[in-house]
Amino acid sequence: MSYNELIKNFEKIRDYMRDFYVYGFRTRSDFRRKSGRSYDDERRRVESWLSEYMSFRNDANGKSVFISVDSRTVSHNPLYKAFKAKSFTDLDITLHFYIMDILAEGCRLTFREITDRIFRDYLSEAGSDLEPDESTIRNKLKEYVGCGLLGAEKKGRELIYFRSDSGLPEKSWEEAVAFYSEEAPLGVIGSYLLDRYEKPPEYFAFKHHYLLNAFDSEILAAIVECRRRECRMEITVLTKGQRGLRTDVVFPLKIYVSTQNGRLHLMAYYYRARRPWMYRLDHIKQVRVGEREEERAFYDSCGERFREALWGTSSGSSRSREPEHLEMTIHMDEGEAFILRRLEREKRCGKVEILDKHTCKYVADVYDAQELVPWLRTFIGRIERLECSNGHVRREFYRDLEEMDAMYGEDSDDFS
Amino acid sequence: MIFHEIYGSYYRTVAQILREAVQGRLTWERLPEIVREKGFRESSLTIPEALTKGAWPLLREDFSTPIKQEPAMPLSDIQKMWLKALLQDPRIRLFSPSMDGLEEIPPLFEQDFFVYYDRYADGDPFWDPRYQEHFRLLLLALRENRTVRIRYGGKSGMLRKTLIPEKMEYSSKDDKFRFLGYSESGRPYTVNVAGVKTVELAKRAEPGKILPNRKNEEVTMELRDDRNALERAMLHFSDLQKETVRLEEGHYRIILTYRKEDETEILIRILAFGPMLKVTGPDCFVELIKERLRRQRSCGH
Repeated sequence: MSYNELIKNFEKIRDYMRDFYVYGFRTRSDFRRKSGRSYDDERRRVESWLSEYMSFRNDANGKSVFISVDSRTVSHNPLYKAFKAKSFTDLDITLHFYIMDILAEGCRLTFREITDRIFRDYLSEAGSDLEPDESTIRNKLKEYVGCGLLGAEKKGRELIYFRSDSGLPEKSWEEAVAFYSEEAPLGVIGSYLLDRYEKPPEYFAFKHHYLLNAFDSEILAAIVECRRRECRMEITVLTKGQRGLRTDVVFPLKIYVSTQNGRLHLMAYYYRARRPWMYRLDHIKQVRVGEREEERAFYDSCGERFREALWGTSSGSSRSREPEHLEMTIHMDEGEAFILRRLEREKRCGKVEILDKHTCKYVADVYDAQELVPWLRTFIGRIERLECSNGHVRREFYRDLEEMDAMYGEDSDDFS
Repeated sequence: MIFHEIYGSYYRTVAQILREAVQGRLTWERLPEIVREKGFRESSLTIPEALTKGAWPLLREDFSTPIKQEPAMPLSDIQKMWLKALLQDPRIRLFSPSMDGLEEIPPLFEQDFFVYYDRYADGDPFWDPRYQEHFRLLLLALRENRTVRIRYGGKSGMLRKTLIPEKMEYSSKDDKFRFLGYSESGRPYTVNVAGVKTVELAKRAEPGKILPNRKNEEVTMELRDDRNALERAMLHFSDLQKETVRLEEGHYRIILTYRKEDETEILIRILAFGPMLKVTGPDCFVELIKERLRRQRSCGH
């Protein structure tokens, strides 16, 4: 099949784009799981969509391609462009503009009337030899009723079709849409809305902005739909080690969004394990809607209990649900009240105790104390004492500190 | 379904072409221009040919069209439901959009379905009428490009500044808005909207006279891929402009670009990776890390 810059299936391009954006150092030969031709085609597509953000580097490893964006300087996420590259047939686009035109200005017509007009007023007018069969037109109408572009009402034995223009004052939404297309879940929908404005606002900027969440929009939309319909779902996920796929039947409880690393997790009740479970969204490859869940309230309450001892998204060992206890004593110098403010705003499920003028203590009981370690390290320079019921956490923390000391020591320039 | 051609760049491009054809303005020269403006880089290989050779019978040879009305598309259900969901968000009060047309629409999701578990707890008071008023005035200044006179609480007490508006910046991690502006001499300022006491709109600003100079810095690090550090670092720093080079298997060099004013934040973000990340330059940044480690030793480790 000849190359086309449009794609039928987003999943096919999802991993490539993530790689070009998040990693950016891999060369053609690193994509071993795909064929060289597939790599060339997908790279060419991404270059076509995002030409101004693409960079290249040649080094001893070969040529690497990467997407380079300073998320703080862009008002609109450029990665959404990939979602605007869905392929279609000649008939799809032709019928789209014909039907929207036929039903403009409040026109209400039957299938027969629409079909007659397509042939009489458009195809023969344009001198086209395109001949859509009636089932294609019927399916297009049905599809558009399904996604809400058209409405349909029964009149006698026939359906009357009309455009479902909502009368929504879109101008009043312009700034909100510009903001939320970057900040709200499923912002790509906002980006579609923003495309309707002639000159969308360019004066919003975003710090700590993880553009890569865009890649998981299709999966997230499917999960949101299952939640809205209170349905179970069958998810196909990468197994540990990311070598294979497995399918779990779950009920969606929450989406955990990290504002500090850009990861999205699904918290779902996993029926087989009989407890809530966390899934990384970028590891979910497919979502299928299942049957309606009648016991939603019960599973929601399981989720709420589960959340009490979550620091982040790890529930630790699957064999134990006993929280681990952690205490960190922090030293504050004169004029360092901001340390206390930091602890208060970042403590999550932990507690802060002031011990004296210069010392305070952070205490937390969490499923997986290991998960706190990166955050604990941000207090390096002030940690007087660290204790944890999981001895490994404490040992590793201090071992790492010694290693850092050696790494930055006067004589050390080795990092192996 | 959110991945659908009705939202695509091709439909949008063709809609614009047909709009100009209906208005009688479309020409042979204008057609590729529109494709360049609205389409992808390689769309010019497909769209003009499909329209002029009859694959998409929407244009006649003389660039008129059988389409009678300027193309317009109703909002889809998912678009309306997404807007309805936004009405539950506390920040929507800053924008006050009209709810007309959404009365019967269910929200796409409930706000509490999403948990921002690592967001800081001292976010802006979006519910405060004074905060809302200041926000709206600052947004108006940006919309109309008008100079603002602001009185606000800064690190060194109460300040008064006259600023040319640049951006309204939001941080999801901090849950705060910051107004970015600059003085007539081009000096950049960042003002926490929550710290604003008064805002007055003044004359129209003259953009482009002097542009603000927000200084970027670089830090170079080497990463050892233990404990999944590569993936964690790549994701964690993906909000910043970065360049990564593989030095050898399991050993990488990363160059991060950041704003000078964010140095302390970048320092602690790097420290969070412990011995998996080693800063190799510039020397002044290495010294900042060493200083933290020296202080830690004095804390008794």
